[in-house]
Amino acid sequence: MGFWRQRVTAWKRDRRVLWLGYVLVALALALLPFAIDTTIGRTWVRVLDFALLYVMLALGLNIVVGFAGLLDLGYIAFYAVGAYTWALLASPQLGLHLPFWMILPLGAGLAALFGVLLGAPTLRLRGDYLAIVTLGFGEIIRIFLNNLDHPVNITNGPIGINRIDPISVVGFELTRTHEIFGITFSGAHLHYYVFLLAALASIFICIRLEDSRIGRAWIAIREDEIAAQSMGINTRNVKLLAFAMGATFGGVAGGLFSSFQGFVSPESFILLESIMVLCMVVLGGMGHVAGVVLGALLLATLPEVLRHTASPVQQQLFGEVILDPESLRMLLFGLALILVMLLRPAGLWPSPTRKREFADAERQATGRTGAAATG
Amino acid sequence: MDIFLQQVLNGLVLGSVYALVALGYTMVYGILGLINFAHGEVVMIGAMVALTVLNGLAGAAIGAPPQVVIAAALAAAIAVCMGLSFSIERVAYRPLRRAPRLAPLITAIGVSILLQNIAMLIWGRQYHTFPRLLPPTPHNIAGATITDLQIGIMVVCAVIMGGLLVLVQRTRLGRAMRATAENPTVAGLMGVNINRIISATFVIGAAMGAVAGVLVAANYSIAHYSMGFTLGLKAFTAAVLGGIGNLGGAMLGGLLLGLIESIGAGYIGDLTGGFLGSHYQDVFAFLVLITVLVFRPTGLMGERVAERA
Repeated sequence: MGFWRQRVTAWKRDRRVLWLGYVLVALALALLPFAIDTTIGRTWVRVLDFALLYVMLALGLNIVVGFAGLLDLGYIAFYAVGAYTWALLASPQLGLHLPFWMILPLGAGLAALFGVLLGAPTLRLRGDYLAIVTLGFGEIIRIFLNNLDHPVNITNGPIGINRIDPISVVGFELTRTHEIFGITFSGAHLHYYVFLLAALASIFICIRLEDSRIGRAWIAIREDEIAAQSMGINTRNVKLLAFAMGATFGGVAGGLFSSFQGFVSPESFILLESIMVLCMVVLGGMGHVAGVVLGALLLATLPEVLRHTASPVQQQLFGEVILDPESLRMLLFGLALILVMLLRPAGLWPSPTRKREFADAERQATGRTGAAATG
Repeated sequence: MDIFLQQVLNGLVLGSVYALVALGYTMVYGILGLINFAHGEVVMIGAMVALTVLNGLAGAAIGAPPQVVIAAALAAAIAVCMGLSFSIERVAYRPLRRAPRLAPLITAIGVSILLQNIAMLIWGRQYHTFPRLLPPTPHNIAGATITDLQIGIMVVCAVIMGGLLVLVQRTRLGRAMRATAENPTVAGLMGVNINRIISATFVIGAAMGAVAGVLVAANYSIAHYSMGFTLGLKAFTAAVLGGIGNLGGAMLGGLLLGLIESIGAGYIGDLTGGFLGSHYQDVFAFLVLITVLVFRPTGLMGERVAERA
């Protein structure tokens, strides 16, 4: 027994083993779309693409909610800003067709600006007052997108904008099917790689941010704003930075969404979407990057899985479709949210420190209900 | 002038319903610090149950006078909503009393999604016409019209709100509720059964929500499985506007939001020279909310709570 344990520790220390692990994971990620394509079909590659976008969104919201502890219920507005920036600058709508390397930074910057615009008036608000203002902000953005088709047609109103340019590099369009080294890559596959890179970059940035000076300042504000302030943290700037950073993630994801889909409409940016992203963050494990990624992947794919199983399973069990599959799937989704939170209140995969704190709080078992809440 | 008066009247009717729903949010928030996202759905269920009872009794043709039918529908709605809200608290919120604060928020969202889809399964996707049992008699006040129904809505709301204030300020239960809101631990030490008080809060809020749901459906003579979401959102906004956790604040916020919305919708076109249409009434409402909160971060009537260390 001792021999094997020694071997395993030695193995873990070996850098070559570490690299081998990285290479294996990279290989698995690279082959994943092909495995999915051949086993369960092309639609699931698209589902995976969207899941990766949600990973970016959830990570962005995690900066605001998880790190800085600012409850944001209108996060999808930044996604909308990014998406519409791309849609307006690369579609026949305004007749502009800018290249993606110009639009993406522009969309990200604009989203960050909106983040600061939202953050600035809300600096003094706490807890749920902030939540309702962010919610209002999200609704305002959506209503404007919905109604800016007259007197001057900018967003084309509820119909939305279509024929949006795909990401393309020197004539290599990402939506087309390409053949490289004898392997056929469909649009969904190619987007998978681009989105995967973007998601991995987001994960990397978030992990680095968490342990940085700024990240620790965010966490300090989350735990106790007054104490953070008295330790010399400029809470105003640091909070605004959290809003701007979170918004940037949303803006980039929005731009990618718009180019992938080729179509945007205000329908995609309703309040329920904001709530969905918040659910991903909280259900996964607020403030823990790995947990948030898990939450995003699960919640983005679960409704799709339910969509494809809701009627066949009924068919098999009862011989007919008794319940409307669409509402059945949302019903099960709501049930899943409740059950997961009841069984794992700190999230599916909470950060180790958070878990410890929670255990402590449980042990004390006194104090005001929800006192940690508004504080 | 008459248009202005008309909008004010409409705003007051709408606002009193908002206030009624807002009280449900604010009472729960005052005690638990929880945004009860499912409250809007409870309101919707109230309207739907009343609809079913009304249609059932009208179809049975037992010849009961319309007042009795309405009372029966209202009673059924209130009973169902009270039971529903009681169970929601038991199942989805109570186990999470000491959990991280966003956990009950997520279960609340889950309950909301669940209820909405159960309602869709039971009552279908279509819009239901809410039966009009009493013929609406319009009255003329200085060039503006108001129907019996609208007057009835305002009176019912005023009576219920007055009753609630008496309950909270004058009765033993009310005192226990206030004590629990102040500090649950100490209240518990003083012999208050906190769990029972919290259940009571949910149940009272649900009863008011059920009445509000019936009133809204009767006012627009329409009921739909998704009506609770927007209504809940507006009511919650009203509660925050007034200062969440404060009963008077919720009433004031509700009335104010109703007035802002209806006056805003009437005049927003003129104010902007026809640039913005009445579609922007929600923008208007939220902008007012944000402005108020910038200058009074705890809402209009919210107390300045000392920041906790």
